[in-house]
Amino acid sequence: MKGLQLRGINKTYGNVKAVEDVSQEIHSGEFFTLLGPSGCGKTTLLRMIAGLELQDSGTIILEGEEITALPAIRRQINTVFQSYALFPHLNIFENVAFGLRSRKVPGPEVDKRVKKTLEMLELGQMTKRFPHQLSGGQNQRVALARALVNEPKVLLLDEPMSALDAKLRAQVQVELRRLQQKLGQTFILVTHDQDEALVVSDRIAVMKDGKIIQFGTPVEVYESPKNKFVAEFLGTANLIEGTYHDGQFHTELGIFELEKPPSWKKGLIAIRPEWIRISDTKPDKNGIRATVTEMIYRGTNLDLWLSPGPIRLRTSTYKNIQIGDQVWLDMAPKEIAVLNE
Amino acid sequence: MNKLLIWYGELITGKKLIKRGLLFLTPGMLWLILFLVLPGLILVVVSFAGRGAYGELVWEFGLGNYKRLIGYGIFGWTPDYLLILWRSVWVAVVTTALSVLLSYPLCFYIARKPPRTRYLWLTIVIIPFWTNMVIRTYAWFLILAPDMPLAKLAAFFKFIAPGMPLYPSAFAVYLGMISMFLPFVALPLFSSIERLDWTLVEAAQDLYASNTRVFMHAILPQTLPGLSVGIILTLVPAMGMFVVPDLLGGAKYMLVGNLIQQQFGTSRDWAFGAAISMGLMVLTMFSLYLYKRRNKDIDLL
Ligand SMILES: Nc1ncnc2c1ncn2[C@@H]1O[C@H](COP(=O)(O)OP(=O)(O)O)[C@@H](O)[C@H]1O
Ligand SMILES: [Mg+2]
Repeated sequence: MKGLQLRGINKTYGNVKAVEDVSQEIHSGEFFTLLGPSGCGKTTLLRMIAGLELQDSGTIILEGEEITALPAIRRQINTVFQSYALFPHLNIFENVAFGLRSRKVPGPEVDKRVKKTLEMLELGQMTKRFPHQLSGGQNQRVALARALVNEPKVLLLDEPMSALDAKLRAQVQVELRRLQQKLGQTFILVTHDQDEALVVSDRIAVMKDGKIIQFGTPVEVYESPKNKFVAEFLGTANLIEGTYHDGQFHTELGIFELEKPPSWKKGLIAIRPEWIRISDTKPDKNGIRATVTEMIYRGTNLDLWLSPGPIRLRTSTYKNIQIGDQVWLDMAPKEIAVLNE
Repeated sequence: MNKLLIWYGELITGKKLIKRGLLFLTPGMLWLILFLVLPGLILVVVSFAGRGAYGELVWEFGLGNYKRLIGYGIFGWTPDYLLILWRSVWVAVVTTALSVLLSYPLCFYIARKPPRTRYLWLTIVIIPFWTNMVIRTYAWFLILAPDMPLAKLAAFFKFIAPGMPLYPSAFAVYLGMISMFLPFVALPLFSSIERLDWTLVEAAQDLYASNTRVFMHAILPQTLPGLSVGIILTLVPAMGMFVVPDLLGGAKYMLVGNLIQQQFGTSRDWAFGAAISMGLMVLTMFSLYLYKRRNKDIDLL
């Protein structure tokens, strides 16, 4: 069997349940992301996969082989640490060669593989320099090279971009995605940044309090969040409370039609600010009359706050709008996500 | 010079700044000149002088003392003094090496303790310093006495004759020296180990490193600052140590410290004593130089 399987993983520190009953399948060659707020147990789970932390219970299976009881040095898994953890006294070449030298790979092959990896990450010119002579972004690539050169079966990345500035981060995310697709290797990334998760991942697992509460493709988790937490953690969402009866959803804002009837009588629906359309005329279905109370100009778009609600709306087309204007909001049934939990 | 400038947030003139600097510097400089530089210079001068019949200094300058130090006496060449010098260096190096070897596990053990007990342990390491060095050395007499377990054990294995103490001997000297200098290595090393970044150790392990490799690449470079302070604090005074070898080594294990003490004491040959001191100083400087050359990236003095 290919890929990585986690089965019933538990880890407790004192009375903190850091990871609770996590079972997850990670396919071979996919970019899998563990997304969640700080302290939800992402790092702990990653460290257990790396073999740097021992789980209280559960099994880890890598390519059909159980590795639960193997220490880090015997797992074909490498990690890019959050702080990069480069060896400060070794130059870039030796840092990258470290894993190969540990495994006594013959010199000429070390040379070849290190050079190739450094070239691939555009570090070919830096081999003789030391980590403290490089920028944060370059050091991050060195850390990546140091792990990748070992051709791990799974590459683990613990918030590798948290030390980069916003602009560089956005660029590195795209590069990381391309690199993973080119190599076709299994990557598991830990992050608390939802944008990052959406950009790089094949699949995302959203974690909260040590548990995985939803997983799926970026489109699935963004467009069909299971509950309030996922809806709000991935981007922003207008949450509307109400009851469902007579084939319609009744709320304080008005009556809505849904695409599918929900599984509950009383509950929440979510609609993202950019899914609401704004118009001067009453839409066919789910039209709401609202007043603009606040406008935030963001360059690429305009954020509006409207009452009643307050409802948040994001538009990039509608320019001639002013505070106090009355508008129609179009919340088409297909744009509404029903939260089933 | 009288232009206004801002010095760490204070508005001041250059002149005033220099005046203030001199004010702060003068006492320290005077102290150093009076008690270090002048005596040092006097020592240099004295080392070229001679000894009178009754032990008084004779102001006839020559290289006699140095010739004697490297072994040329009235009866031809003997390696006695050079042997003592060499032995002193050897004892200092071995003491330092063993102290380092013992300090690593000790420091890791203490660093693993929760903060409160950690400082209790450190205090235990320092407690011996609360008593006088001579008294501490005499304590070894008691521990190494014939009817104590250590001596009995040694006698059982026929290392010594039964009913004999374990001193004076080279073993006793090392024991005394290490117990004397262990805290000088352990304390600075501990301050490095306490701040150790364990993710480097994990990174090494993640990259398949053996235990030796983990130590060489993840632990040693990080603890090098503390380690070098410890090594210098031990190596330099250990070379000139005289109380411990005097009491625990006796005539069997004379070190250069004892030799110097003898010249200024019973032998009353100050000039020769000064020459040996100079020799020791050159030796110390040379060791430090070698040490610094091997560890270029660390700042020593
Ligand atoms: N070594 C540890 N000792 C005690 N508690 C820990 C340890 N590591 C993590 N924790 C706790 O486990 C929980 C999850 O931590 P972590 O996995 O680091 O979260 P994340 O990476 O998602 O921010 C936190 O509540 C944290 O305080
Ligand atoms: Mg973390």
